[in-house]
Amino acid sequence: MSGEIAFNPDDKYNAFLTTCRKAPHGTGKLAGVAVAVKDNISTLNIETTCASKILKGYIPPYDAHAVGLLKSEGAAIVGKTNMDEFGMGTTTENSGFGPTLNPCDTTRVPGGSSGGSAAAVAAGMVRMALGTDTGGSIRCPAAFCGIVGLKPSYGRVSRYGLIAYSNSLEQIGPMGKTVTDVSTLMGVIAGYDRHDTSSLNKPYNHTPKADIKGLRIGIPQEYFGKGVDSQVAAVVKKAIGRLEELGATTVPCSIPSMEYALAAYYVTCTCEASSNLARFDGVRYGPAADTKKSWHDAYQEVRSAAFGPEVRRRIMLGTFALSSGYYGKYYAKAQIARENIKADFNRIFADVDVIAGPTMPTIAFKLKEKSDPLSMYLADILTVPANLAGIPAISVPCGKSEGMPVGLQIMGRMFDDERVVDVAYAYEQAVN
Amino acid sequence: MVDAEDQVIVGLEVHCQLDTKSKLFCGCSTDYRSDGPNTHVCPICLGLPGAMPALNKRAIQYAMKVAKALNCEVLNESEFSRKNYFYPDLDKAYQITQYDKPLAEGGYVEIESDEGGERKIRLTRIHVEEDPGRLVHMGNVERGKYSLVDYNRAGIPLIEIVSEPDMRSPKEARKFLNKLRAKLEYLSVFDSEKEGSLRVDANISIKGNERVEVKNITSYKGVEKALLFEVTRQKNLIRRGQKIERETRHYLEARGVTQSARSKEQENDYRYFPEPDLRPLRVKSWVDGIILPELPDARRERFIAEYGCSLNHARTLTGELKLANFFEKVVASDKAGLAPLASTWIADTLIGELNYRDMSLDKVEPAAMTGLVLLLKAGTITDKSGVEVLRVMLDQRLKNETVETPDAIVKRLNLAKTTGDSGAIAAAVEAAITENPKALEDYRAGKGGALNFLVGQVMKKTRGKADPAELNRMLTEALKKREA
Ligand SMILES: [Zn+2]
Repeated sequence: MSGEIAFNPDDKYNAFLTTCRKAPHGTGKLAGVAVAVKDNISTLNIETTCASKILKGYIPPYDAHAVGLLKSEGAAIVGKTNMDEFGMGTTTENSGFGPTLNPCDTTRVPGGSSGGSAAAVAAGMVRMALGTDTGGSIRCPAAFCGIVGLKPSYGRVSRYGLIAYSNSLEQIGPMGKTVTDVSTLMGVIAGYDRHDTSSLNKPYNHTPKADIKGLRIGIPQEYFGKGVDSQVAAVVKKAIGRLEELGATTVPCSIPSMEYALAAYYVTCTCEASSNLARFDGVRYGPAADTKKSWHDAYQEVRSAAFGPEVRRRIMLGTFALSSGYYGKYYAKAQIARENIKADFNRIFADVDVIAGPTMPTIAFKLKEKSDPLSMYLADILTVPANLAGIPAISVPCGKSEGMPVGLQIMGRMFDDERVVDVAYAYEQAVN
Repeated sequence: MVDAEDQVIVGLEVHCQLDTKSKLFCGCSTDYRSDGPNTHVCPICLGLPGAMPALNKRAIQYAMKVAKALNCEVLNESEFSRKNYFYPDLDKAYQITQYDKPLAEGGYVEIESDEGGERKIRLTRIHVEEDPGRLVHMGNVERGKYSLVDYNRAGIPLIEIVSEPDMRSPKEARKFLNKLRAKLEYLSVFDSEKEGSLRVDANISIKGNERVEVKNITSYKGVEKALLFEVTRQKNLIRRGQKIERETRHYLEARGVTQSARSKEQENDYRYFPEPDLRPLRVKSWVDGIILPELPDARRERFIAEYGCSLNHARTLTGELKLANFFEKVVASDKAGLAPLASTWIADTLIGELNYRDMSLDKVEPAAMTGLVLLLKAGTITDKSGVEVLRVMLDQRLKNETVETPDAIVKRLNLAKTTGDSGAIAAAVEAAITENPKALEDYRAGKGGALNFLVGQVMKKTRGKADPAELNRMLTEALKKREA
């Protein structure tokens, strides 16, 4: 039965930027299920800001393809979740509207950039949520908040309506308390969309299976090396041990191209972002410029005032990297590095079915702990390879360190999203 | 020949709107001109956050037709790129275009050179891109209070055809454009009559000097005018020993002059990179499947062979698709019989009368033209009356009155040729001689002008209906009689 659900959460964590007190819903697989949507995904008639002051007041006249699919399966869109401005960050502290707090420990960040979605699920305000993952933005907050999050293979979920930060890297993906919920949500949002040329006709019709006997798991040495907290590594190793007990075998491996992963990632995303965000000029979106200056100067004034410091930093980096004479040195080179990373994964996947390791090198940071951008960028090292290669990757809670959740990351072959879901499900079933 | 020291060198970048039904990256209709501003828009062509481009296959097919007709090489793989710059009419702050991997390269267009004969103007490349929106300034651009933006045009498919600097005069540039326009129209991918469907940037230099880019030329005539202005300006600078600056200039259509663009606009660094939301284009294999229609050169040769047109008439008649079709309709009922008269009456007389009235050929019914040619062929009316009939028809059409048939006009105005034995012409001859004794005297004195004067007098009396040959014969006879 279609109807309406009342949504009036006690949002102690600033997980939501917008809530819909009365959310209509239809019938279908998600009939009446409250779903939160990250604020960079367009929602018809619901303010969508990407947590940026420059988009304050922007009300999309259309639904993102994935949101349309949610509605057609009866889901109730109950609100828009907080995030790092335009997805640029790993903590949700870069929101233009205040940080989200981690429900497991409110002195810590929920991770980012889909921190609002993760906190809303972790706190039980919604059963599931949509996030987006450009360099780990679903998996990092899932790991930090102790929930499940899947970054689908590039092309399995339409990006139409996702306000682009880095088109060639990002995907919309499901977040939930359980692997089953994540799998259900994935089944609703995956599939071809003629509006997204990069989307593929690969629908997801899968029920998670816990049988992983004979599964071969690659364990890359880089995922347990320098920069990875030893306690986190120990928790993850123990979890992989559980998978072995379930009949899987582990195979040591190496991803040497990871050395260039962060550089390739940050060059690619800042270049694309500098172009994507150029349209926000204060004329058609956001608060109008209160200025008598000529358009060029007015743009400058509005953009300087309304974008946060991290967004401005990335726009400037990208603008520089694309400027005349530098394209070959940066963007083109980054794409070569991506090919090398893909080649490394292909080589490893010739021998193993999935690759496992920690999602994040540490537990959730304390608020304001990552004050210099470089140390924050380094935290993305374990998540960006999957985005650079386009492969599916899931984070599933696998224990605790210092009382905080730790995520086990499972990466799979291109379009083998079902398999990473199964491995996560097998683990989840084994420990619960 | 032009002095080699003074040699003019011209290259053109021609932007043409492809006449597809929908826009390049969305389903919006391209038929926006008669509708209000911002009525043919959607999230995609408005560049709304989150919207993504999806390529219109038809636009690529159209562009490939052009590539094939212009003898270009379609590349194995081409790619769309973003050209990043800020301008209020550019909704995404970047234009999706093609940069280092265009759809096609090479090719040529043959034009009639200034020295006569055909000459090949080489092409560099053809690429596909989206049109930006349009600014409507309230009052003067510099001092107006505000400007409005209309995104109806945003996302209209364009092809940019870039030529090598192979043209040697503004006139050749015009011929190149006319030829290009004709070819595109024959391919049914372009409508030259739609306002703003063609825009040209021209590079022009005097041999040995820096080149100047003239942007923003929006009419066929404007190209020749702008270039003529530049030739004069540049030559004058050189004559005065000044250096030509390498710069971008804007053509101001209303004033017919070019004006230096502000330096800011020349410093653009477009930061091109591949459009991540579109896949590379691998369409070379489509080329073989493209069947080209008869193109202007082939049709010109056919007009010469089939209708016996002169080269000049054939060139004029086939230079515009509509005109060529019109001609063939006019003569359809009797090709051999009507073509000789029809070709000159259409190529010379009709075109002249239409241009004088700034009228489109669409306003003329081929059947009416056939009627007129039949009257001329039968000798029912004189050439002079023929022109009068044509003018009456065009003026009636211009005033939105009911347009009479040529037959009806001839009848109403009593324009049928007066034959010699009807007496009227003989009487007019007699009267003219009697009334002008001075002319008779002059004639007798052997002054050639006298005969012409008397012919004019008789014509006046018969209101042009007298057949000139007949009149001459009768007048000479009458004068001889009086001499005797
Ligand atoms: Zn549109």
